[in-house]
Amino acid sequence: MADRSFEVARLPGFATIAITAFVILYLPIITLVAFSFNAGKSVAVWEGFSLHWYADAWANDDVKSATVRSLIIAVSASAIATTVATMAALGTTRRRQFKGQTFIYVAINQPLMVPEIVTAVALLIFFGIVKTWTGYQGLGYLIAAHAAFCTPFAYLPIRARLEGMDLSLETAAADLYATPWQAFRRVTLPLLAPGIMAGAMLAFVISLDDVVITEFVKSGGQDTLPTYMLGQMRRAISPEVNAISTGLLALTVILLTAFFLLTRKKD
Amino acid sequence: MTTQVTIAVRNVVKAFGAGDAAVRALDDVSLDIRKGEFFTLLGPSGCGKTTLLRLIAGFEMPTEGQILLDGTDISALPPNKRPVNTVFQSYALFPHLTVAQNIGFGLQMQGRPAAEVDATTKRMLALVKLDALATRKTSQLSGGQQQRVALARALAPQPKVLLLDEPLSALDLKLRKEMQIELKRLQTETGITFVFVTHDQEEALTMSDRIGVMSHGKLQQTGTPREIYTTPVNRFVASFIGETNFLPGTTVPGGVRIGSGAVVETATSRPGDVTVAIRPEQVRIVAASDPGAIPATITNLVYFGTDTHFHLALADGTEVVSRLQSGTDEARLTPGTAVGLRFAPGAAQVLED
Repeated sequence: MADRSFEVARLPGFATIAITAFVILYLPIITLVAFSFNAGKSVAVWEGFSLHWYADAWANDDVKSATVRSLIIAVSASAIATTVATMAALGTTRRRQFKGQTFIYVAINQPLMVPEIVTAVALLIFFGIVKTWTGYQGLGYLIAAHAAFCTPFAYLPIRARLEGMDLSLETAAADLYATPWQAFRRVTLPLLAPGIMAGAMLAFVISLDDVVITEFVKSGGQDTLPTYMLGQMRRAISPEVNAISTGLLALTVILLTAFFLLTRKKD
Repeated sequence: MTTQVTIAVRNVVKAFGAGDAAVRALDDVSLDIRKGEFFTLLGPSGCGKTTLLRLIAGFEMPTEGQILLDGTDISALPPNKRPVNTVFQSYALFPHLTVAQNIGFGLQMQGRPAAEVDATTKRMLALVKLDALATRKTSQLSGGQQQRVALARALAPQPKVLLLDEPLSALDLKLRKEMQIELKRLQTETGITFVFVTHDQEEALTMSDRIGVMSHGKLQQTGTPREIYTTPVNRFVASFIGETNFLPGTTVPGGVRIGSGAVVETATSRPGDVTVAIRPEQVRIVAASDPGAIPATITNLVYFGTDTHFHLALADGTEVVSRLQSGTDEARLTPGTAVGLRFAPGAAQVLED
């Protein structure tokens, strides 16, 4: 039972503030989605319903190649980040406390704290050196950069899941004749799976909409969907960008809904 | 009758930490656990009983010493290579598996054929009376039912020794009593050696064939419940198990002189000042005029239903408690009455310290 003596919802002005906050948060997004269906060229005057901006975007080869590139990077980077994050989470939770544990925890989460622009400049310089040494110009740089900043996002839900797990479960598996690998495969991994899925999806979404680091690291002709859209905005604002944005929004909403469903507590 | 030793603990030391900061959780413990017996490690928290259990299971390695199973040194084997299973205090049931899958886990890991896993699982479900719940997830079970699953899971691979780490501590009193009987039944039916860890002396006395009393990482005494209760070797064992009166005395020819006068006949070779332990139910109240009785005065009287506890003071102030069946002499024995005390023959114990 809730304590009736103090309830935030009963404070004066609560409803007004809450509604204002939601309007400010969602009105621009609703406007963006609405104008993606506008028949005219304007992003400010409604001229009737049409799907032709979606058709335009679909027919645009630049959009297609940027989308494919974005997906390749997001899938690869989130796969790498999730693997690294899973190992890091196992290493920091499924054992006795050790010296330097806090330091490692901070180090893993450092990319969350360092300003993204700093990382972007650092990577630009560092990859510049690597490029002159190796001559390699491919997507590897973007995948590596994305994997790096996605790792803490994947790490947090996996670690949270592990911390809620009884440490004696693996001990019990070992007691029941499971080898360390069998104990991991049959007990740890199945119990950890929802955390890993949540981490992977979060990493995927974070990679998919990154602009700053991608803009600095990409070579010529390596536009991802967000950097392509940024480039388009510099010329003329077209409802085609609205359509692409709406598409990205839909994908993100689906993934985050799945993330929420996977991480909520089952009772 | 020859008794076969299943687990032999040989001079085992377990130290945590290093150098001066090292803590000896087990300090030179040696112990034989016999085949098919219900052996209890009894002691207060921190006495090392759980550490000893974890060493037998293989979750910890001894710092020094050896652990033998049927004569073979298993000290260096990992837990999955030891034919020993554990019932954990937290049960540690696998939450993603059903009751039947939990019970079959050990057999599967041993690589037994599916038909055998199924058959044994069924037999175990019947043994712990959970047939109806085979397909449930363990989170849907009550504490008592989870306890039974944990037992069945550990018994299914037919280990040589079953280790139980305070398995009843999470249950309420009524359920605990039921499970005590249940555990004893399972042990008798399966014939498996049980090593049971508890801090509950009553649990230890009622269930065990033999008890090892531990304190501060050392084994204080090993014996049957009756031996431990009636002939404790030292003050710790005497006070940890049941209630005891401790009386200062001096060894004299033929026995020990208690306080001011009376000599209690008891066999001791220990000279000088000693401590005599006597259980309250072995202290009898007689008339003050009784020759050879220890003079005392009743100070208080506490009624417990079937029993009444009489608190008494000796001439030198030492407190003694006597437990008598209620309804006998209360009218006569009121606080302030001068009486005499006699000890049941052979009941007084001269302690080592």
